Amino acid sequence: MNKITVKICMGTTCFVMGASQLQELMDIIPSKYGDKVEIQGVPCLEFCNVNTESNAPYVAVADTIVKNATVDKVLETIERKLGYGQE
Amino acid sequence: MDKNNQAIHLKKEILVKVIKAFYSDNFPESTRLIPFEMRPKGSEVPYRCCIYKEREIIRNRTIAGLGYPMEGADERLLLSGYAEGSLKREKPDEQMLTVLELACKGCVPNRIFVTDLCQGCVARPCLENCKFDAIKIVNGKSQIDSSKCKLCTKCIQVCPYHAIVKLVVPCENVCPVGAISKDEQGHARIDFEKCIACGKCVSACPFGAIHEKSQIIDILNKIKQGKKVVAMIAPSIAGQLPGNIYQIKTALLMCGFYDVLEVAQGADITAKNEAKEFAQRIENNEPFMTTSCCAGYNNLVDKHMSEIAKYRSDTKTPAYYTAELCKQKYPDCISVFVSPCVAKKSEAQKNDNIDYVMNYEEMGALFIANKIEVSELEPTPFDVESSREGRNFGIVGGVAESVKAADCNKTDVKPYVINGINKDTIRELRTYAKKGECDKGNLIEVMCCEGGCVGGNACINTIRTATKSINDFTKDSKPICE
Repeated sequence: MNKITVKICMGTTCFVMGASQLQELMDIIPSKYGDKVEIQGVPCLEFCNVNTESNAPYVAVADTIVKNATVDKVLETIERKLGYGQE
Repeated sequence: MDKNNQAIHLKKEILVKVIKAFYSDNFPESTRLIPFEMRPKGSEVPYRCCIYKEREIIRNRTIAGLGYPMEGADERLLLSGYAEGSLKREKPDEQMLTVLELACKGCVPNRIFVTDLCQGCVARPCLENCKFDAIKIVNGKSQIDSSKCKLCTKCIQVCPYHAIVKLVVPCENVCPVGAISKDEQGHARIDFEKCIACGKCVSACPFGAIHEKSQIIDILNKIKQGKKVVAMIAPSIAGQLPGNIYQIKTALLMCGFYDVLEVAQGADITAKNEAKEFAQRIENNEPFMTTSCCAGYNNLVDKHMSEIAKYRSDTKTPAYYTAELCKQKYPDCISVFVSPCVAKKSEAQKNDNIDYVMNYEEMGALFIANKIEVSELEPTPFDVESSREGRNFGIVGGVAESVKAADCNKTDVKPYVINGINKDTIRELRTYAKKGECDKGNLIEVMCCEGGCVGGNACINTIRTATKSINDFTKDSKPICE
């Protein structure tokens, strides 16, 4: 199975609108999923320009964009991708 | 309450909309449309009973964003009218906070409640331990007589099934000075005679019903009028955004500010003066001294704790010295303190050298509205580089450390930190004042917010990461004692 890459947008808009609170994912994800998931804080992904700041912070979990991202929402999306709970 | 919540998100979203409206061709009309833009026809109703109530509460939040109180607001006046009025205002409103009665849930009063988890045990430790005879057994289970209960929580502590809970009103519960009570309808009301403007209620209310009145429109209006508007950035700003203070300076210049000064420059003066004052006081055999840089603490002493006033340092705050320098450098400027908390708004009101206060959330909203990517900007240097200690003022323990360092090992400094003002630490401080001694140390740093200024109500980043970024940044700054 391919490794899942999670990108937390650290652009000004996302950071102000709540990505600051997502930084704990940097600790949670490696300890929870080991090398199955890679997490990065990245410069502005431009989602706020395409959509609006109202739905920031944005997080990309592989090819899925999580709007109004929270720690729980991101973890849920990762687990869906990993196929947890589908057996 | 955790800062990752929808109430805070909503408040920031509204600030961005208000600023965008200001920049638009028609400020009054764009402002009037904010509730409709945020909740268009047919949109989801995420929080309240219907779309009309959602829009009305957004309208209320916008009024606070324009700097007006909701207490006594005219509900017939359109947002466009408020927007027009905000442009004509010469001075910000006297009180810093406002309660949005419509957004306030009117939580049930604080009380102790026995849940269904009560097993009706034989031991009945709740009954045995209640000193007020407030517990009775009904149908084999415990029940609390609220007319007798004194909220001591003894029963909660002794119940083996954790079946008893305390229901709290978050704003009332977090207010350290009892300034919030309920009006006849059960809505929160702030007693401004008692309020120390600490901002804890703003962060605590799960309905986001308590707002800071923003001064952002006043500031932007002065910039638009071509005034020299100078920003003074508090030390805690270094940990708030991806990007350093030199890039934040560039960002503020891009928003139209004429110049940007580091308040750490004033913090250096505070540290040096306070070190001298401390040495003098110890020589005079005084038992201890408290710091005096925190606006929330100063309000607490002035309004509720006169007994400790003589132990509080007479040295002025970093904001005071920086504002003085700012007005010397640019006598005709409009000075804006860029702040982690609402308490500084109350300090600014007592200081003619500080014209306005913009908090970090408002600054963040300003950068969003201007589409500024702080971390990608070129840095702009400051005329005066501040010391490591001055730049550490915003993290807990930083002030006491800076005074100790500025003393250059001449006096026996034993720092002790009050990390956050609450009912317990107020009691602790009162004891020191009454006894005239403190066994924990002789220099007491008092921080109203847990974690120091990085824990302020308007901070963007978490305390942990903000503290780490500040430490990383300041380790290369010059020491205060050369």
